[in-house]
Amino acid sequence: MSRAVRFAPLALLLLIVAALVWRLATPADTNVHSTLEGKPVPAFDLGEALPGKPALSSADLSTGQPHLLNIFASWCVPCVTEVKVLQTLKDKGARIEGIAVRDRPEDLADFLAVNGDPYERIGSDERSQVQISLGSSGVPESFVVDGKGVIRYQHIGAIEASDVPMILAKLEQAR
Amino acid sequence: MRALLLIAAMVIAQPLLADSNLPPSYWSNRQLPDAREEAEAQALMEQIRCLVCQGQSIADSDAELAGDMRDLVRRRIAAGEKPSSIRAWLIDRYGTWISYKPTAEPAAWPLWLAPLGLLLVGVWLIRRRIRLKGG
Repeated sequence: MSRAVRFAPLALLLLIVAALVWRLATPADTNVHSTLEGKPVPAFDLGEALPGKPALSSADLSTGQPHLLNIFASWCVPCVTEVKVLQTLKDKGARIEGIAVRDRPEDLADFLAVNGDPYERIGSDERSQVQISLGSSGVPESFVVDGKGVIRYQHIGAIEASDVPMILAKLEQAR
Repeated sequence: MRALLLIAAMVIAQPLLADSNLPPSYWSNRQLPDAREEAEAQALMEQIRCLVCQGQSIADSDAELAGDMRDLVRRRIAAGEKPSSIRAWLIDRYGTWISYKPTAEPAAWPLWLAPLGLLLVGVWLIRRRIRLKGG
């Protein structure tokens, strides 16, 4: 057996170890991205999430103005900090619409009373059906929707204070 | 005493569950009354990937979103929709990632060709063996 062949298994092992080390050092993106960016928001018509708050349908998202569609829930921990950032965005002129996933009116009312309410409308998605139709895989998640109702950007996870300029720019681009 | 109390508190503490307060959707853990429809739904659910416990199918997963996806699949099957059309609807939203059924896309060609390649290598190895013995 030639020397090269004899060392082949060792070389193979080193190659495998190198590949494993590389994957550990640069973890793969495990986020599931919606493939609806650039496509219109799927038609939906959700009921009101709590009494007195306007409900949300897809028609409310194609009014000629860009919207930030926020998928959230009162039982979602990161949403507590995110909703305060949404208030900042609202103060800077963003129109924010909410979809409350698997939520109860009383829980939602508590959540908004404690953390503030930046939403113009909130639709109640009791069986996550609209969330699934948007290609969203969790809460919180947000979509920048342009004036014609076309999804321009998907933000996975909470919008942090440091994301505010970026989101405002995306909304401006979607005008 | 304080340390003991602290330990007791840690033992009693419940992990914060990232789940809602609503019960599972109606069809998430309930079989369709029509056995043929349920079999169709089950076959599809075993091939749809859970978005939360990536690597499990929605048939296997206990995640709430997986339950809601089972609810969606069963409702659509019961409404007369074909499994292939429900799969296509999901792929439109989440990409081919959502389906476990291998496709014939170029990215999957190595998958289809690997068995053939391994078979050829095997034949080549055996031929060498036979020739060595014969010689």
